[in-house]
Formats: sequence, structure tokens, C-alpha cells
Amino acid sequence: MEATVASPAWRSNLATIGALMARARNEILRVPGAAIPGVLAPTIFFLGLNGVFGALTQLRGFEVGAYESFIVPVSMLQGAGFTGAAAGVNMARDIEQGWLDRLLVSPAPRWVLLAGTVLSASARALIPAGFVLAVALPLGAGWPGIDGLAITFLMVAAMAAVAACWGCFLALRFKSQSAAPLMQAGMMAVILTTTAYAPLALLQPWLRRVAEINPVTEVVEAARQGFVGTVTWSQTWPGLLALAGLFTVLGALALRQMRRTGV
Amino acid sequence: MSALGTNLRVVRALGLRSIRQTFRRPQLLAPIVVFPTILLAIQTGGAGSAVDLPGFPEVQSFLQFMLAGAMMQSLMLAGNSGGIAFAVDIEMGFTDRLFAAPISRFTIVLGRLAGTAALGLFSALWFLAIGLVFGAEIESGVWGALIAIVLVTASATAVGGIGAAIALRTGSASVVQGLFPLVLVVLFVSSAFFPVDLMIEPAKAIAEYNPMSFIVEGIREPIISGVHASDLIGAVAAILGIFALGLLLSARALRHRLRVG
Repeated sequence: MEATVASPAWRSNLATIGALMARARNEILRVPGAAIPGVLAPTIFFLGLNGVFGALTQLRGFEVGAYESFIVPVSMLQGAGFTGAAAGVNMARDIEQGWLDRLLVSPAPRWVLLAGTVLSASARALIPAGFVLAVALPLGAGWPGIDGLAITFLMVAAMAAVAACWGCFLALRFKSQSAAPLMQAGMMAVILTTTAYAPLALLQPWLRRVAEINPVTEVVEAARQGFVGTVTWSQTWPGLLALAGLFTVLGALALRQMRRTGV
Repeated sequence: MSALGTNLRVVRALGLRSIRQTFRRPQLLAPIVVFPTILLAIQTGGAGSAVDLPGFPEVQSFLQFMLAGAMMQSLMLAGNSGGIAFAVDIEMGFTDRLFAAPISRFTIVLGRLAGTAALGLFSALWFLAIGLVFGAEIESGVWGALIAIVLVTASATAVGGIGAAIALRTGSASVVQGLFPLVLVVLFVSSAFFPVDLMIEPAKAIAEYNPMSFIVEGIREPIISGVHASDLIGAVAAILGIFALGLLLSARALRHRLRVG
């Protein structure tokens, strides 16, 4: 009789993550309409904010020539926030429909189940970011250069992972799609209470204080640097550090909640 | 009891139901209160220096200027949320049961609009309270505040009519929910968040003729300066126009819904 050799754990874990990511990809391919709001919302915000607040560049202290360049990375990060929150909503839907229960009784470790969702969100976030960029460039946003663009997309993907951890934590905590507004509002607040609308010096005092301690400010500045100037390591590493910190904290919370979830 | 009395009772009962529904479901309440409040805070803090721009109207603060925009956003999302809840009722068969009841069919729509109007009233009071708490003054006093409240409530009812019509026509909550981005577009191409003269083309050109700009100015003027007949007439005309359109579309959609079942 031939003995069956079990595949190494890391290989089956990777296969599970791949399968969960393929499921998320299939959702986009089979229900493309469901992805439209996630793409439209940041694009509308970009066009709307640019049309409404574009005159802010006339203020003394606003060193950027085109508001399009200033606001486009914010809209790309907003898209990442929405996509990550949507991953949380999808997990809540899976909980309500009993799909997650089936995953939980599988031999896959909890972190693998979470990683599949989080990495899917990271990959999906590139779609709205790419769309916003494609709209912004012809409208006058500055070309950030290959290095600037790579950093912006890295920030977008990582921000989506952070947002997905936040969304999954809430989904596992409340086990209901009713928590969706909390997922979205949380991300909206954390991304916009930064230097999203104007440079730090032009923010109102209370928002300036919030922006100074909000780690996402560093993410916005890192994502923006190529659009408004030159790319430097000194503007990049704080963003990477902020994302690493946020991912560690929110990932740990989501994983803890996942481990507490019984069938 | 007279037919009118019966209809009023139905409208009241359905209106109260829709209010309870909204307050019980965070997904419906969040767009009306949470998102506009967060955006008001962030836009006021982030773009507050805009009051120093040449050509910006004389205002006490950017918060004072933005209150009308926040109310506008909230009332439009209240109309959208009302439409979503109405579509959910259709999907779940609740509306079919109402159609089978011995009541006027139009009271079903009016009941939903009564609920939306109440949410509009709530929104007006909420944002006026936020404004007052954070130091914004209502320049034309109590009368100005009352005018703003009435205009917001009436606008919510008018916009709710459009939401109800779409819900009746499509019978799909996801379709009505899909209109959310459109609400944002309409808001951004109006004077809700910035003076028209300082907006960038093409948003500026559209905002000049957007009926929502007329409503916003009608709500804003009593808050930032005083009651002006021209702004008030413009706002009332825009509200009446949207209300008439909403009722017309609702009546047609209601007939369609009764025909297709």
C-alpha cells in the first residue's frame, strides 16, 4: 500500500490563502456591478473636492500649484479605505450566511483565513486607485514618477490591508452587516483627519493637533510626495512605519477576535 | 371615521414606522447623521482657512457657512435612506400587504414621506445644535433658524419623493443604494460646500443652475446674514419643483408597481 505524504503546512496555508483570494477575484468578475460604488466613490470625491476646494491653492502657505496633485493621493487612499471596509462587510455577510462557520471548521489556521481576506482587499484596492489616477492625470495632476507611483500604490495596498483588518475586527465583533457604517466611517475619519484637504499649517488648530498625532498623516504625506515634489526616504519611512504599526495593532485585534469566534 | 381621517391615521402610522426603522438600523441612520457630521467637522477643520480667500462671503466662521451644506447632505441622504427602506419593504412583501389593505395607495407613499420629513426635521435640529454648541451664530435669530428648519424639512420631503419613486419603480434596495454616489455628485456641483464664485469650472457652471444651490442658499442666508426674499423665493420654488417631480414620478411608479405586482 502506498503511503500518503501530507503536504507541508506552509504549502496548504498558501493554497488556502490563494483560494480565498480567488474567491474575492471571482466576486469582481461575476458581479462587476458590486465593485462600481467602491470605484465611483473615491473618483467622485476627487472630482468634487477638486471642483469645490480647488481655490484653496490661492491661500498663502499653500505651496502646491495644482490642487489635483494635492488631493489625488488622498482619493486613492480613500478608495483603499472603502475597499478594506467592504472586505469587512463581506465577512459580516459571510458570517450571517453561515459561510464563515464552514471555514472555521476546516483545518486552516485562523490567521490564514484572515490573511486571505486582508490580502484580497490589498489587491482589490489597486482597482479604484488606478481608476482615480487615470481620471486625475488628464485633469492636471502631476506625474509622480515611477518611484513616486510605486510608493503611492504601496501605501494604497497597505492602507487597504489596515482597513480590512479594521473591518474584519468589527465584522467578527458584531457579526452583522449593520456594523458597515462603523467600518466605513472609521476609515473615512482616520484618512480625512490628516493633511487631506490642506497643508498642516493651514488646518484649523483642533484638526492640526489631531493630524499631528494621527499616524495616517504620515501615510498621506508619503503617498503624496511624488505628486507635489520629489521622492525622499525621509518622507517615505514614516509612512511605512505608521502602516506597520497600524497593521500590527489592528491585525492583532482582528486575529484575536477571529480566534475567539466559535462555531 | 371619514376617509380623510383614516388616511391621516395611515400616514401617521407608516411615518412613525419609518422613523423607528431608521433609528433601529445603523445602516440607515449613519448616512443621515454620522457621515455628514464627520464631513462637517473635517471640512470645517481642513478648509477653514478658505474664509480668507478674496471673494469669500462675510461669515463669522467657516462652520457657520458649512451648516447649510451639512443639512443639505443629510436631508438628501435621508431621502435616499427612505428610498432604500421603502425598497426593502417591497422586496420583503410588506408593501404588497399594504396594497391589499383597504387604504388609499397613495397614503403608503405619503407615510414614507412623512417619515423622511421627520428625519429632515431631526437633521435640521441636529446641525443647528452642533453649530450653536461649537460657536456658530444664527445671524437672523430664532426666525432665521425656524426658516432654515422648515426649508430643510420640506426639502427632505421633496427629495424623499424622488427616492420613493425610484424604490417603487425598481423594487430593488441595491438599485436605490447605488444612487448614493449620485447624491454626492449633485451635492458637489452645488454651492453646498463652497461659494459658487470660488468654485472651479465646470462645477461652477453647473452649480449656478443646480436647484440644490437655490435650496442651500435659502437655508444658508438666514444663518450667515439675514432673511432675503430673493433667496427664500428661489429655495421655495426649487423645493416645490422637486416635490412636484417626486409626486409625479411616484404616482407613475405606483401605477407601474400595481400593474406588475
